[in-house]
Amino acid sequence: MEATASVDNAAQAEENKLKTMKEEVIAQPSVDDIQGTVGTPFVENAKMSMRNVNVYYAEKQAIFNVGLDIGKNEVVAMIGPSGCGKSTFLRCMNRMNDTIDICKVEGSLTLEGQDIYDPKLDVVPLRARVGMVFQKPNPFPKSIYDNVAYGPRIHGLTNRKAELDEIVETSLRKASLWDEVKDRLHAPGTGLSGGQQQRLCIARTIAVSPEVILMDEPCSALDPIATAKIEELIAELSENFTIAIVTHSMQQAARVSNRTAYFHLGKLIEVNDTEKVFTNPEHELTEAYITGRFG
Amino acid sequence: MNSTEKMNTIDLVNKNLAKRYRAEKRFKAYGIASIGFGLICLVFLFTDIIGKGYTAFVQSYIQLEVNLDADTLDISDPNDPNQIAGANYIGVVKKALRERFPDVSGRRDKRKLYRLVSNGSGFDLRKMLEADPSILNTKQTVWLIADDDIDTYIKSAAKDGKVFTGRVDEQAQGWVKSLMDNDEVETRFNTVFFTNGDSREPEQAGIRGAIMGSLFTMFVTLILSFPIGVAAAVYLEEYAPKNKWTDLIEVNINNLAAVPSIIFGLLGVAIFIGMFGMQRSLPLVGGMVLTLMTLPTIIISSRAAIKAVPPSIREAALGIGASKMQMILHHVLPLAMPGMLTGAIIGLAQALGETAPLLMIGMVAFIVDIPGGVADPATVLPVQIFLWSDSPERAFVERTSAAIMVLLGFLIIMNALAVWLRKRLERRW
Repeated sequence: MEATASVDNAAQAEENKLKTMKEEVIAQPSVDDIQGTVGTPFVENAKMSMRNVNVYYAEKQAIFNVGLDIGKNEVVAMIGPSGCGKSTFLRCMNRMNDTIDICKVEGSLTLEGQDIYDPKLDVVPLRARVGMVFQKPNPFPKSIYDNVAYGPRIHGLTNRKAELDEIVETSLRKASLWDEVKDRLHAPGTGLSGGQQQRLCIARTIAVSPEVILMDEPCSALDPIATAKIEELIAELSENFTIAIVTHSMQQAARVSNRTAYFHLGKLIEVNDTEKVFTNPEHELTEAYITGRFG
Repeated sequence: MNSTEKMNTIDLVNKNLAKRYRAEKRFKAYGIASIGFGLICLVFLFTDIIGKGYTAFVQSYIQLEVNLDADTLDISDPNDPNQIAGANYIGVVKKALRERFPDVSGRRDKRKLYRLVSNGSGFDLRKMLEADPSILNTKQTVWLIADDDIDTYIKSAAKDGKVFTGRVDEQAQGWVKSLMDNDEVETRFNTVFFTNGDSREPEQAGIRGAIMGSLFTMFVTLILSFPIGVAAAVYLEEYAPKNKWTDLIEVNINNLAAVPSIIFGLLGVAIFIGMFGMQRSLPLVGGMVLTLMTLPTIIISSRAAIKAVPPSIREAALGIGASKMQMILHHVLPLAMPGMLTGAIIGLAQALGETAPLLMIGMVAFIVDIPGGVADPATVLPVQIFLWSDSPERAFVERTSAAIMVLLGFLIIMNALAVWLRKRLERRW
């Protein structure tokens, strides 16, 4: 009996020690203490601009008064610990949150000055302009060709077979997938590897020529090699598209983005040039997060 | 102290381990026992049905030398179809029987003799004559269907060592034996059973009418219940707001699935026949009643199938700018189709075996004609089984079992179809 008791005591002591250590190191302010955003959330010639965005899931508030601009042809990375609201915020930008009944969005979100939450606005063209790539590769259970051609078909971009072929080829080329799949365009898209599937999803998104691409942790289900390819791709895509990417990997954010936004508990803490965020963060929470002291 | 304590713990664990394994073995044994019980019941059921019913698939025929002379047939003008149709074929058969057994005398014995062959055998002669009028005034060797009692006797004679207890007395048995000794009796595959409608005479009774009735009824049920069920499921799953009204609808649908089917029959009588004044005994009405009964099953299984479509596919479609309808039509429904079809087929299989509601709407009527459409009075297979099982004639016992086998065959085919469709249409993602 004595032995087990002492073991228990030791464990307890260890736990307490860890707890105090954690508290000391982080010295986290409570949510209410965080006021405003430091850095440069707003830019000139913004493609999308969000102001005073609040998001609620039923009673629970998930996003607190966030303001952020995404500049034209810019890659903005959103980082932060799990549950900090970065994905929620991303999904507000093409109204994917509409599918969740209890989700309520407040504030002003505009795409080139046009309010995207205008009740008169149709989400179908909006989503054609603001495409999305999801965390888990989700190709349709159809052929590779049909996956890419789906968007152009439903939007009626073309009704000529040759033109559609061309769109499919360019999209697959832009997604650097063409060489790998050109001989099996009519094989099922679900038969590709995870990384290829994700690039197929990107090709599917860019086939409708969106202006903005939202990426919700596009590499979190992929291995490092596939991840490297996607990152390379993001760099190429940024020449033509405006990209907002949510990621858990700080290295990824550092590699692909121009600006980085750090979210914490539903608030936007800091937005700065990526280099500055990772070398000389303004806010102590950002510093704590990027140095790996919590997250 | 530390080590002894450890020993004790392990001993305790080991002791309990044996107990746990025993409990697990018992637990498994309960399951095996249940399955065994089920299998035994199934084997018993099948041996009983098949043992009783397999003889119905063959039928005895008696060979007779029939003289188709115009006088006996009462035909004065062989070119008149009315005379051919109304001729006295029974008289010819009776004459042939008297010629075959010349020493039978007395009215009672003769009547008994005439009952050797089915009294429907005249129709066969008529068909022969209509097909080939040149055989008038010739002698023909024909095989006529034996009467049901004689048929039962012949079949039992084929089985050795059993004392016959049917309605054939010694004298008639003697006649049959003499026919059998001269190879004038033959058992053939019972085509009549599959080509005729119902009849009062077991040897003339068939399930064709019931099968056609069932097919028409199922057709109406499928045409109505599948689209309505799928549309309801899509609306409830994809469009309906989640509030107390939809909750109420959902609870009601689930309850309807458990409502006794005879209630649906009463509803059918009240609405389709009472209010809309439709005729009784129609496959159309039967199909509509069974639609009411099948709808909850189809709605529930379709909703489950729609729910099982992964949300990532919906998001992919919406994210690319598909409208909700496009998302449903292009992605959700194709992926949910195997599940919905399986549900529909299982619902239909249930409807195929349904008797009670159809009794209510008059599909229990005695109908000889084979229905040609959904608006012809008809009966269905399970009701036919019910009718025959109620008949006093001994030969209907084997026909009842045979009809059950046919019904089970259809059910097995439908369930196999459901499995096949599911395997075939299932797409992986």
